Amino acid sequence: MTFKTLLATAVLASASLTAIHADELKGRGASFPGPLYKAWTSEYFAATGKKINYTPTGSGDGVKSIKKRMVDFAGSDKPLKAKKLKKSKLYMFPSVVGSIVLSYNIDGVKDGELKLSRAAIDAIFSGKATHWDDKIITKDNAGLNLPHEPITTCVRADKSGTTFNFTYFLNKINPEVKISKKPTWKAAKVVAGKSNSGVSANIQQIKNSIGYIEYSFKIKLGLPAAQIENKEGKFINPTVQSFQDGAKYATWTADNDFYAVIGDPEGATSYPIVAATFILLPTEKTDKNKEVTAFMQWAFTKGDKAASELGYVPLPTSTKDEIRKYWEAKKIK
Amino acid sequence: MGGKLFRNFSFFSATLSFFLLIGIFAILFTYAQEALAEFGFDFLLTETWEADEDDEGGVFGGYIPIIGTLLSTLIAMSIAVPLAMGIAIFLTEVASENIAKPVSIAIELLAAIPSIIYGMWGLFYFAPIVQSTVGGNGVGLLTAGIVLAIMIIPFMAAITRDAMNTTPHVLKESAYAMGATKFEVIKDVIMPYSKGGIIGSIILALGRALGETMAVAFLIGSVMSTVKNVTDPTTSIPVLLANNFAEAQDLEMSSMYYLALILFVVSFVIISTAKFYFLGRKPK
Repeated sequence: MTFKTLLATAVLASASLTAIHADELKGRGASFPGPLYKAWTSEYFAATGKKINYTPTGSGDGVKSIKKRMVDFAGSDKPLKAKKLKKSKLYMFPSVVGSIVLSYNIDGVKDGELKLSRAAIDAIFSGKATHWDDKIITKDNAGLNLPHEPITTCVRADKSGTTFNFTYFLNKINPEVKISKKPTWKAAKVVAGKSNSGVSANIQQIKNSIGYIEYSFKIKLGLPAAQIENKEGKFINPTVQSFQDGAKYATWTADNDFYAVIGDPEGATSYPIVAATFILLPTEKTDKNKEVTAFMQWAFTKGDKAASELGYVPLPTSTKDEIRKYWEAKKIK
Repeated sequence: MGGKLFRNFSFFSATLSFFLLIGIFAILFTYAQEALAEFGFDFLLTETWEADEDDEGGVFGGYIPIIGTLLSTLIAMSIAVPLAMGIAIFLTEVASENIAKPVSIAIELLAAIPSIIYGMWGLFYFAPIVQSTVGGNGVGLLTAGIVLAIMIIPFMAAITRDAMNTTPHVLKESAYAMGATKFEVIKDVIMPYSKGGIIGSIILALGRALGETMAVAFLIGSVMSTVKNVTDPTTSIPVLLANNFAEAQDLEMSSMYYLALILFVVSFVIISTAKFYFLGRKPK
């Protein structure tokens, strides 16, 4: 008798536990918006009691997981072209704009002091410049004492949407650079880390290194970042205002599921390496999609403050309206 | 009744282990077929690892991770084996009871520390030290090899110490009675007697070093480049698998199974050779 009651209790308990977890929305993908999604999901839980679980495992993993329907939604910094969306039966829309900064670890050079021209950035990441005191770097940094030390470039070890957006920018400077989530880097000394946090850790630990990371990681860890020359030849410090100036040139339309890569915009005050990040949804899961769009609707209306505090740029109102119309058209609102 | 049950259970466990081994090999071999068909044995000498942009094909080669695994293990073993033997000898023959006890406990605690903690400690504390003493990037083959050695020493030392302690006192006493020095007793009486346990501990440590993933992933640099200098960053098989497995598809995934198969075979061959060579001969 006691064994039967024990068994019954165990079955009931596990059933109720699985029922609770079945309600939780699961998402995976880009680590670029990771800190922001973490803030949004915890505020959403406080406001509505609905739990959403987002694991930043990289854009490549996000796309793979949603293709296999292992998660309810995926995050990807690299937008998918219409052909691929059709083949995998996915919907896509942007969630927020962020930026990529070049952080470095050089003794005596503080945050914002290093100025990198477009030519210098290309030289560093393609191996043409091998030491910090190469002329192509020092000619813009007359006031700094750059050491005669080899440059260590910190890159991503995994398939990364952040890398995709950074190589998009490099490609605008030097068309020979391949735009890729995981290119073969031709720089002299390369060290790779897993995810934005791995690259940040490497930059922190390795002297005379430079790497590309999302802006909120720079803020969180207090890493110095370089001024970067934009399309109009001005050196821009990575600040939220400069990201907003760069993001306002972005154009998204629902006709192609908002496919757009917004890097290297015009504008004298625009920070050049801005990027949007996207949410992918499976077309056939209408009910789950409605829950995801409910969360995104909340984020679009109430999440702007959290986004700005972390250094992201909320989408312009017109784009948010277009996205809402897209949801209605796809019947997932 | 109890004896028969125990005998059946142990027989079951033994055969289960055997079938697990066969099963793992079969799965690795099956999933590696696509890469085997595409690359054949050229895989072992190709130095690139690049997926095509549409994630459907690419060129993959295992030369760099294989060399990385072998070199990091070699560095680790050449540092760890002498040190572990030395620690074991110190604990059993040289140290007084008061010193041996706390040191033994410390060794056993060190052996229990999870490997990812060694990785974090290595990255945040040890890598800058290596960078300032030897140069290079801090993260690279040498740092990974040294931290690997630190990870396997406690385990090797503890088991070697236990093996050496099994030497019957009467053997040691007789040797001393015949005028042997301490060193001669260690070399000619204790070591040959505990050979089995010592080789066993070295083999287990070797297995751990070959397959160690997280600690090495933080410290080896994770880049596909050949090593010209011992401090250069490179990659190893477990590190490549850990970094890329989540996102790989089709041919790349199959190539990773191919690499896993190679690691499996290499470990198996090294361990079998060591076992049969050192322990195959019956002691006189």
